Amino acid sequence: MAKRIEAYNVSSYYGSFKAIDNISMTVEPKTITALIGPSGCGKSTFLRSINRMHEVLPGARIEGRLTIDDQNIYDSDVDVTAVRRMIGMVFQRPNPFPTMSIYENVVAGLRLNGVRKKSLLDEACEKSLVAANLWNEVKDRLDRPGAGLSGGQQQRLCIARTIAVEPQVVLMDEPCSALDPISTLAIEDLMFKLKDRFTIIIVTHNMQQAARVSDRTGFFSIDKTGDPGRLIEYDDTQKIFSNPSEKKTEDYITGRFG
Amino acid sequence: MGDTSPRSAETGTGGTLTTDGRRGSAGGGVPPAHTPDSPGLGGGGGLPRRTRFGMESGFRVLTLAAGAMVLVIIVAIAVFLISKAVPALRANTENFFTFNGWSPNGTEPRFGIAALAFGTVLSAVLALLVAVPVALGIALFLSHYAPRRIATPLGFVIDLLAAVPSVVFGLWGRDVFINPVRDFSVWLNEYFGWLPIFGGDGPFGRSIMLGALVLAIMVLPIITSLSREVFLQTPAMNEEAALALGATKWEMIRTAVLPYGKPGIIAAVMLGLGRALGETIALAMTLGITFDISANLIENGGNTIAANIANAFGEANDTGRGALIASGLVLFAITLVVNMTARAIIYRRREFRDSAA
Ligand SMILES: Nc1ncnc2c1ncn2[C@@H]1O[C@H](COP(=O)(O)OP(=O)(O)OP(=O)(O)O)[C@@H](O)[C@H]1O
Ligand SMILES: [Mg+2]
Repeated sequence: MAKRIEAYNVSSYYGSFKAIDNISMTVEPKTITALIGPSGCGKSTFLRSINRMHEVLPGARIEGRLTIDDQNIYDSDVDVTAVRRMIGMVFQRPNPFPTMSIYENVVAGLRLNGVRKKSLLDEACEKSLVAANLWNEVKDRLDRPGAGLSGGQQQRLCIARTIAVEPQVVLMDEPCSALDPISTLAIEDLMFKLKDRFTIIIVTHNMQQAARVSDRTGFFSIDKTGDPGRLIEYDDTQKIFSNPSEKKTEDYITGRFG
Repeated sequence: MGDTSPRSAETGTGGTLTTDGRRGSAGGGVPPAHTPDSPGLGGGGGLPRRTRFGMESGFRVLTLAAGAMVLVIIVAIAVFLISKAVPALRANTENFFTFNGWSPNGTEPRFGIAALAFGTVLSAVLALLVAVPVALGIALFLSHYAPRRIATPLGFVIDLLAAVPSVVFGLWGRDVFINPVRDFSVWLNEYFGWLPIFGGDGPFGRSIMLGALVLAIMVLPIITSLSREVFLQTPAMNEEAALALGATKWEMIRTAVLPYGKPGIIAAVMLGLGRALGETIALAMTLGITFDISANLIENGGNTIAANIANAFGEANDTGRGALIASGLVLFAITLVVNMTARAIIYRRREFRDSAA
């Protein structure tokens, strides 16, 4: 089910601007990896490079190799849509489809993949909502607009939508930054649960969150504005937060905690 | 006016009227007209006092008057139209709603709206059937497929099309476009003549088809540019959500762009329909001007309410004008029904749209 992701010397560009430089890292299956670092250091850019969402923006391109179970997702004969189905993504701001009901939102990905049978859709909808810890709250109003839920519920709806297509990897870009502490905890619990089935990579500005949920942590940084972001240190979360080998990591972490 | 404002009293740079309108901010002697957004420079001397008869209340009166005037004008027009139409309708010796013909100027006026209303709706609907798919296709191309350096000039050309006066379209339709349409009609008649809409034995050309096609070209720019705007407004995060689920570009458009833009598309189509229903001169010049209800699209013929008004107004007497005004009221009613239907459609799924913000 879950797969290993390896990045080799990945550099991503917006036009002529190099946003990240030579990132190499390996993410083991069924782990949670946190990416931390100051604003603008390219965490989102790297995350979006993993499921080929980076290239959606005009002028954006990437160099290097990114493999999932040893297959380069940037090979010319690889189907982009298949990559994105395999590597799901949850965005910073909850983005349910505004015109769709809760039910339609959850099964949107399945419909895109040609699933038509009502019983299959119903089953997947319930299963995903249960997995996203949302079922009990919405089971009586599945036909209501998805955008009518609270922010935290919407984010869990988006998680349900993402996992409904049974991806191998789930990328989350600051999924809790718009949420209150209770909803944040709900989503952190959810991540632990999902870890059994998916490889998870999460970008977060919340150091405690990184320390709480992740197995491994990558610290990104830039030297000065205009420079590309680099992966400064990548290690077990324990190690990063107790005894980082890089001075920059330590400064960043203690700066935030102190 | 203005003498309660410390600012104008101090500086006296003229234009005290504008000064007072600027929320009484105490400026430092800069003529306000040149720096409309400059923050108050804190020109000392306590808080500026509120002006009692400043622009604020003046403006309120002005807007109120403008609003009231619209109502008055509308009521006046309605009263005028109805007072003209009623005597003519009284004098009519045929049923206004069912009779096919228009001779209101004799001693026994005979006129009916049936054929005209039919032609109006038929030509407008046909025009939309042709224009809407093309317009939506162009709009999607401009908003989601074409690279910027093609989209901008192409969009400009299409907007330019909207600036062509309808009389020019009419002339072009009558003298130029009629030739290919006639050839096409002959061809349709030969191979699809067994269909009533393509039947008949000529002459062909100045037909509902020609009128509707010219109309289609005329409404194309409105529908295209409005729906392009709507498509461009789709939140990027919804498009990305669809793409991240593994949608192809077209699937993304179907999942995120079209549903989001639906109310806007309907509004655009309705605006186009409004224009098509009311279009006068281009149809007066391209249609064959007959008074019968016929579904035949290619034979010379066809007429619409607006075209009939344009053609018949010149030689109309008093009753004739009243009759034309009555037909205008019917056109107004048709347009109104179309508009309200559109609104009903848009509002039906409002809940889903309003929570979208
Ligand atoms: N669409 C874009 N076009 C051009 N440059 C961009 C674009 N998006 C991001 N960048 C630039 O790329 C760099 C990395 O941005 P990125 O969004 O990946 O940072 P981030 O680490 O996710 O920051 P944050 O923590 O604030 O989300 C920044 O310098 C940013 O200005
Ligand atoms: Mg980011």
